[in-house]
Amino acid sequence: MNLPAILAIYRFEMARFWRTALQSIVAPVIATSLYFVVFGAAIGARMQTVDGIPYGAFIVPGLIMLSLLTQSVSNAAFGIYFPRFSGTIYELLSAPISPLETVIGYVGAAATKSIVIGLIILGTSALFVPLHIQHPVWMLLFLLLTAITFSLFGFVIGLWADGFEKLQLVPLLVVTPLTFLGGSFYSIEMLPPFWHTVSLFNPVVYLVSGFRWAFFGKGDVALGISLAATFAFLALCLALVTWIFRTGYRLKS
Amino acid sequence: MPPIVSIENLSKVYASGLHALRAVNLAIGRGEIFALLGPNGAGKSTLINTVCGLVTPSEGRVRVGGHDILVDYRAARRMIGLVPQELTTDAFEKVWDTVSFSRGLFGLRKDPAHIERVLRDLSLYEKRDSRIMQLSGGMKRRVLIAKALAHEPQVLFLDEPTAGVDVELRQDMWRLVRRLRDQGVTVILTTHYIEEAEEMADRVGVIRKGAIILVEDKVELMRKLGKKRLTLHLAEPVAALPESLAGHDLTLTAGGTEIVYTYDTKGARTGITGLLADLAAAGIGFTDLDTSQSSLEEIFVDLVREHA
Repeated sequence: MNLPAILAIYRFEMARFWRTALQSIVAPVIATSLYFVVFGAAIGARMQTVDGIPYGAFIVPGLIMLSLLTQSVSNAAFGIYFPRFSGTIYELLSAPISPLETVIGYVGAAATKSIVIGLIILGTSALFVPLHIQHPVWMLLFLLLTAITFSLFGFVIGLWADGFEKLQLVPLLVVTPLTFLGGSFYSIEMLPPFWHTVSLFNPVVYLVSGFRWAFFGKGDVALGISLAATFAFLALCLALVTWIFRTGYRLKS
Repeated sequence: MPPIVSIENLSKVYASGLHALRAVNLAIGRGEIFALLGPNGAGKSTLINTVCGLVTPSEGRVRVGGHDILVDYRAARRMIGLVPQELTTDAFEKVWDTVSFSRGLFGLRKDPAHIERVLRDLSLYEKRDSRIMQLSGGMKRRVLIAKALAHEPQVLFLDEPTAGVDVELRQDMWRLVRRLRDQGVTVILTTHYIEEAEEMADRVGVIRKGAIILVEDKVELMRKLGKKRLTLHLAEPVAALPESLAGHDLTLTAGGTEIVYTYDTKGARTGITGLLADLAAAGIGFTDLDTSQSSLEEIFVDLVREHA
């Protein structure tokens, strides 16, 4: 195991995070506050409770998930796409690093960043609504698993993209809609039967549901199913990354 | 002593169908400076990039320090430093950080003393806290070299190291390469500046259309292929060369004041003695004479043309 290399990549990526602190930390805090003003204060005042949970508190897990998914995907995608774009990838390819070590470095950094952002959002939320987390260990587990899974997914996108447009395409056109429609701001139980069934094909539903269960002890689907779906998606992303490195796809000629 | 880089039957066909390398065989000895010459698109960079792990070989085998570059890639790559042709650097990183990053990437613990030495050698130490984007092109080139030296490689690949750099940096680079060689580092460089190969290399390889067409000791190459020119400065200008000298390969230049005789050093006889005797017989006297050997550039142009 080339530990110094993993650390070098990790530190390099984290340095980028702190260098752009305004964008990476302040922006999510402001966005969260806006969500609370709009959804919590304006709409929440009329909705009061969902599943017996005050609406303001109900949206917290969904809000964290929304940022966690988009940040994981875009951070990891950018992290590996940029060296490909600028050409500095040559150094990575010529270094004595295995694919696994490369992935640990990049995905580890991207997941760390999004977890930090998730925790910042959690902290910001606590300023707006009283929060009590029923299963903190499960909450951290879901946070970790989701961050790693979507960072892997982002890494795949960063390898696949051959331009900045494609890099933005998946986070904007796939991840954000799936998150919004995945019960981030509502319970899918509130939907008509047809749309409820459609929602069950959305993988994000299981992530949000499991995460919300960790907060309130209630979710849209059973905890076991949430966990299984999260692991399934993780396995799929791992398989994709492995295939990419085996074939040298978009990395080597 | 076994070669430090050994390339056997290496071929590369890109997905586009381009045959970039055709059954290349090459052995490079420890501590030598090897210059790979060739026109644009001949396969110089593909060859280097394959050895360094950027390009997957289609066929053949490459070993560095006895380690197969595919099977035992970690050991092989640890020995290699690569300075790419393009100025590919991070923009926002600081010089010190990017060089330290390279060392980590190659699996070595931090060693600030070594990083400082490398930066000082390359006159970069004063710039250690500058962001790379603030540096000039020549400075960026130095940063790339510093990155390649951060892990103390035993084989250094320089892909077009002096393309587009000023005279001062070019001479610095030559000094650096010699210093590295003195430390036992093997240096393999590509260039199409022939003067560079002539100035620095111990051996020269010429690649054309993916095939190595010649590998030769530089001095030997110039001696073997070199044509020498003997220039005679005449005492009195002559209007034309007399009939008696028609047997020699002569040209009359400089308004009839100089006779240039071209001869092949490979030949058994240079023919100089006969020429001088015939000149004396024709009554042509000269005040001075000098000889010059054709440069590597002329040899190179001849070679590439010959194989066209």
